Amino acid sequence: MSDDHLKLTLKTIKERFNLQDSELMKFPPGVEVSPGQIIQVCQVLRDEFSFNFLFELTSVDYWPEEHPRFHVIYGFYSHLNNVRIMLGVPLDGEHPSLPTLEGLYRGANWHERELWDMFGIYFEGHSDLRRILMPHDWEGHPLRKDYPLGYEEPQFTFNYDEIDKRKHHARYEEA
Amino acid sequence: MAEPLEVNYQELKHLVSERALKGETVLLNMGPQHPSTHGVLRLLLELDGEVIINCIPDIGFLHTGIEKNMESKRWEMAEVMTDRTDYLNNTGNNLAYCLALEKLTDLDVPPRAQAVRVILVELERISNHLVWLGTHALDLAAMSMFLYCFRERESILDIKEMCSGQRMMTTYFRPGGLWRDIPADFEIAVRRFIRMFPDRLKEYDALLKKNPIFLDRTRNIGKLAAEDAINLSLTGPVLRGSGIAYDVRKTQPYSGYEQYDFMVPTGTHGDVYDRYLVRMEEMRQSLHIIQQALDKLPYGPFRSNNRKYVPPPRSELGTSMEAVIHHFKLWTEGFTVPRGAVYQPVESPKGELGYFVESNGGNQPYRVHMRTPSFLNLQALPFMCKGHLVADLVGIIGSIDIVLGDCDR
Amino acid sequence: MGIEQKAGNMGIVTVGLEQAVNWARVNAMWPMLFGLACCAIEMMSAQASHYDMSRFGMELMRASPRQSDLMIVAGRVSRKMAPVLRRLYDQLPDPKWVISMGDCASCSGVFNNYALVQGVDEIVPVDVYVAGCPPRPEALIHGVLTLYDKVRNEKLTTWA
Repeated sequence: MSDDHLKLTLKTIKERFNLQDSELMKFPPGVEVSPGQIIQVCQVLRDEFSFNFLFELTSVDYWPEEHPRFHVIYGFYSHLNNVRIMLGVPLDGEHPSLPTLEGLYRGANWHERELWDMFGIYFEGHSDLRRILMPHDWEGHPLRKDYPLGYEEPQFTFNYDEIDKRKHHARYEEA
Repeated sequence: MAEPLEVNYQELKHLVSERALKGETVLLNMGPQHPSTHGVLRLLLELDGEVIINCIPDIGFLHTGIEKNMESKRWEMAEVMTDRTDYLNNTGNNLAYCLALEKLTDLDVPPRAQAVRVILVELERISNHLVWLGTHALDLAAMSMFLYCFRERESILDIKEMCSGQRMMTTYFRPGGLWRDIPADFEIAVRRFIRMFPDRLKEYDALLKKNPIFLDRTRNIGKLAAEDAINLSLTGPVLRGSGIAYDVRKTQPYSGYEQYDFMVPTGTHGDVYDRYLVRMEEMRQSLHIIQQALDKLPYGPFRSNNRKYVPPPRSELGTSMEAVIHHFKLWTEGFTVPRGAVYQPVESPKGELGYFVESNGGNQPYRVHMRTPSFLNLQALPFMCKGHLVADLVGIIGSIDIVLGDCDR
Repeated sequence: MGIEQKAGNMGIVTVGLEQAVNWARVNAMWPMLFGLACCAIEMMSAQASHYDMSRFGMELMRASPRQSDLMIVAGRVSRKMAPVLRRLYDQLPDPKWVISMGDCASCSGVFNNYALVQGVDEIVPVDVYVAGCPPRPEALIHGVLTLYDKVRNEKLTTWA
């Protein structure tokens, strides 16, 4: 029963919005949606096909590939029919933006804040877009591929002293 | 003396109500270091006397950059980091990661490994609920529960140590099965635990279930209706306490769960007391599952034989050349996973834990995203605590069962 | 039997000032509740009944820094948490000691990246490092006893 519902859903939205199958998503099945259509597709999924649960909102960065640079992945689940579906939205550029999903699913609030914090994807219409995981005055978006890992070089015996000079050490301050 | 951080007033004005700006209500900081917040969670409370008008959570104090760090390790080495996200549910995290990898690479898992995985994950569920019960009761001032629960937990940690050598961060599940076979004492120890545990559960029920102080502190507190819960992306005992019977083990069974017969408990009112009842019943159902799995435990290999992903046993290295080549390749370069992306959900004790793993054909994870239940369940806190007193807030946070490592990753 | 022989008729015991003060400090050292991550669970296990830490004087953990004298940094310290940690350390009254529990607190453990402070001794001076990921409760107790040895050997000149 759930397979039929999934096939029906995929067929209907692919015909109505002219969408392609996502080649990367092996399981659950996914479709590619363009940024302009995403809100309408989500509205149709929620109202007509009872996908009332948002279970995933994440993003992948494909730097140094410029086109697309980001791929925002949405995941929806239907409690009634026990079916999962994923949507992928390709985005370009240094400061991409998408309309927010908060009006349809309140659970998208923190997901979108995390995407702003980690990737720099701006969500228009979001009620409270601030950094959530990093300190509020942090610069940069850590999960982008051109952001360095921040790796600290290990101290071996041959370079121990020179690294020690550069490291921070706490000194006990006289009160 | 450390300098206080500068905060821009204009940026945060929209979060508090008008009365706070006029000075009618008090803004209280329930800081990162607090005995009842179960970790480093900071809450900004807007109070009118003792009544909470608004509650703004501030997380990120335990952010470790695990997702980015996993991108620079190899596939099998990255599994070590999955233990440390939700540190009360180590085996569950390992299981989700291994299942995602097995789906991407089409690895087979022998039935013995699947059964042992189920036993260890259910034991972990009991252990997590014991820590939850101990700390929740400690917050609501029933201090002796803490000591009893941690005493039970020691038996479970002994079983885990017997299998893998480590009490907590075991990394015992590997892609393809288990790291090594279970020892001979495993079955005896688990059976002893199953025999002993139901009486202890009766003791805890006797202490708390009909206790008038506990009932007063938890009945009708933190109510959440079912439609709100689904819209807010809640999962786990919080959602089940509001009446929706959603459990990933039943809707999308993995690792052989379809063979076992168990019930999914639900509550009716959606308050803190119902969530307590749901979790106590879940512990009993876990015992039932472990009993069934242990009775049906099949003999056989404990890990897949696919040498592209699984190293050969050391005894073969003396005789077979292919074994040496596979061993060399796996130890120097690691295995490569074909291109593709997968989302694998698993029922962790806190809710639906999902791993979104994408590979670009290399030997390092290209992107791993952990859809953690604590991150999303905590979103619902402001909706649950409006109109309650500060003392009730402690009970509500305890009933959501957050673990900050899970929340911040 | 022993103390009456030494005390004699007048009920007076002579002992060095250092010994007396160090003895008092060691036998009732109260740690501050500063569990951050996974090591906090092992610290709670060490406080629970199986590996009891109160037989060593740590009867309870005080949440307020003003009422404790030992800070066990249990868990990974992120960059957002670092100023908070320093502020709490400054609020501890003298004499104070710090045990850095676990690999993440000592040297950032498995996580060598942008988000963590690489070793908590960048922020606070540490007396004892306890290794392990997470260290067993017995390892933590060994670390605490090592700290006690260190405190027993403290001299008058280091107090001021």
